[in-house]
Amino acid sequence: MIELAALMPAVPLLGAVLLGLAGRRMTSGAARAVGVGSAVLAALTACAAAAAFVLSPPPGGATTAVVASWWRAGDLAPAFGLRLDGLAVAMSVVVTVVGALIHLFAAEFMAGEERISRFFAWMNLFLASMLVLVLASDLVVLYLGWEGVGLCSYLLIGFWHRDAANARAARKAFLVTRIGDAAMALGLIVLFVHLGTLEIAPLLEKASAVWSPGAVPAVVAAALLLAGAAGKSAQFPLHTWLPDAMAGPTPVSALIHAATMVTAGVYLVARMAPLFLLAPPVMLAVAVAGALTLLLGAAAALAQNDIKRTLAYSTMSQVGLMFLALGVGAWAAAIAHLATHAVFKALLFLSAGAVTSSLEGHEHDLRRMGGLRGDLPLVFAAFTAGAAALAGLPLITSGFYSKEAILSGAWGAERAGAWWWAAAMLGATLTSLYAFRLVFLVFAGERRTPVARRPGAAMAVPLAVLGALALTVGLLEIPRWMGGRPLISELLSTALPAPPPHQDHPGRESLLALAAAAAALAGPAIAAILWGPGRRRERALGAPAGAGAHRWIDAAASGFGFDALYARALGRPGASLVAALRRDPVDEGIEGMARAVETIHRLLRRTQTGRLRWYAAGVAAGSALLLALVLL
Amino acid sequence: MIPGGPPPASHALVLAALLFVLGLSALLARRNLLFMLLAIEIMLNAAGLAFVAAGAAHGQADGQVMFFFILTMAGVEVAVGLALVLRLSRALPELDADQAARLKD
Repeated sequence: MIELAALMPAVPLLGAVLLGLAGRRMTSGAARAVGVGSAVLAALTACAAAAAFVLSPPPGGATTAVVASWWRAGDLAPAFGLRLDGLAVAMSVVVTVVGALIHLFAAEFMAGEERISRFFAWMNLFLASMLVLVLASDLVVLYLGWEGVGLCSYLLIGFWHRDAANARAARKAFLVTRIGDAAMALGLIVLFVHLGTLEIAPLLEKASAVWSPGAVPAVVAAALLLAGAAGKSAQFPLHTWLPDAMAGPTPVSALIHAATMVTAGVYLVARMAPLFLLAPPVMLAVAVAGALTLLLGAAAALAQNDIKRTLAYSTMSQVGLMFLALGVGAWAAAIAHLATHAVFKALLFLSAGAVTSSLEGHEHDLRRMGGLRGDLPLVFAAFTAGAAALAGLPLITSGFYSKEAILSGAWGAERAGAWWWAAAMLGATLTSLYAFRLVFLVFAGERRTPVARRPGAAMAVPLAVLGALALTVGLLEIPRWMGGRPLISELLSTALPAPPPHQDHPGRESLLALAAAAAALAGPAIAAILWGPGRRRERALGAPAGAGAHRWIDAAASGFGFDALYARALGRPGASLVAALRRDPVDEGIEGMARAVETIHRLLRRTQTGRLRWYAAGVAAGSALLLALVLL
Repeated sequence: MIPGGPPPASHALVLAALLFVLGLSALLARRNLLFMLLAIEIMLNAAGLAFVAAGAAHGQADGQVMFFFILTMAGVEVAVGLALVLRLSRALPELDADQAARLKD
């Protein structure tokens, strides 16, 4: 079983190396075959490992193996260790299956690209890094995968780097996540200094044994890890990179938003759950950051005019929902939502990619879309399935079950449960609203931009598979009160701490589920009124808004001005500091010495005339001077 | 015997100093390399005279020994100096020390 786990990151890594070294000599078809093949192979391996894990669970719910030793520095000797438990199994299946489908889609989407071997090399490396991150048994190895993910996101967001804006977006993503990464590295150091190990399982045991809840080092370490997680997962206040990350090709966006990258933060918090439980203030911060991001992202998504930006804000907001779930202790619900979200968000991104690549001029603007239902029936079906799952339409979609679990987890939180629940409900309503706003704006109404081409088989298959999954994955997580078995939660139960105990209110679960269903259904109803067929759509939110409302809409469209705020608060002082340091004061002193030496040299050089008699006079004068000094 | 006894050492030293200054002035003033060599000879002999006079004043032979050293050194110096002058006389139109300034390049 553990051999399969070792194979999982190795296959895409091999693909990346092969494409990186020999990609230039490959034909486009060969490069695509290697890239997609290695991803599919990784997915099959992950499924096999998951099947083996479920059919014969290892004792203690986890199996660990050391593949190779790495380095040693004093007491710190991280090894390339792999650990397969319920959480790692669930994550690796999500990452590889969704990743493989995205690779397949990309094979057609990027077909005309010149540097396709490079593209697939980076995509494979992305997948491999994410698998290292997920399977690592040691925090140092996890950090290796963590940085690998960051690097690949930079490379892929800036894949079309000839356009300066794309390169800027890539740089922004890299720098903003770097803030979190630095904090996380500090967190690892704090953990190592206090606990003497960075191997996850012993570290968590030791932490629970050594620290009492609320101990200062535990709070500091958890807070630093949270900063890292917030950076990678685009949570408030490090969320600003995500909307700009749309500069990358659409399959890259799908990979970043669904299977890899943004889920890394959620995974980290879930993986280190016992540590976070020792730090109640940080748990509160997780929930607050999640709730804020959920609402900010949902409101901003509602006001976007770019189809991909809408989905980007949507990702931010949904990951916020996962953080909210983590913060209230609904660990399994968060991971279940991560899985369903990975499926339907990949589906939404890929369908959006199919839409834009079908339209003339690769149109991204929602205001120039419309009436595509008849032209692109498959894409319409897929996108609607994705939007329904995102909105969490009751019973038939996967999003409903995972969201319902989070809502009931929020209600059952130890403190202020009703408030968390209200925030999640508001977020869910907004989510449902913008999901169907997209559906109506893109597919209903009259046609505004002609369709230039239709997606081929390599694009259609992932859409169909993901569409089917988006509707059915939820069947793995039917709650007990509905007479089902929450299989995902059961898989995770050995790897995650138990949620806070619920006080049993008969019928409470069903009432909460009814409320969630109502929130989900409100979205399409309101969206149909505002943006349904036959509505004027000059403004993003529709005509009825007054001037005051428009101000709010503009604020939401710009992501509530966080970019401008950061530019003002951090960018400008930074720039002036750089300008001041440009004439490096320290350098100035050293350069001054060099200049003085040069001046003296020039002066002294004048004395070397080559005239013998001057030299003789100099020698005579010097001797006379010396004599005078000695004698007088 | 010189009437009035031997001259005092200070006279010989003053003479040596005058000779030395003469030689130095010639060295600085003349541009012809041959004359400059001659000027150096004069300066060397001035130093030799000072040694001899000082030796006589102290009643020791060391001063005269030093003079032999100076003589030897002067011979060596002239040998090297004349060889250089001979070389230069072929390279330069006239034996002008200032024209040899381009040796510095």
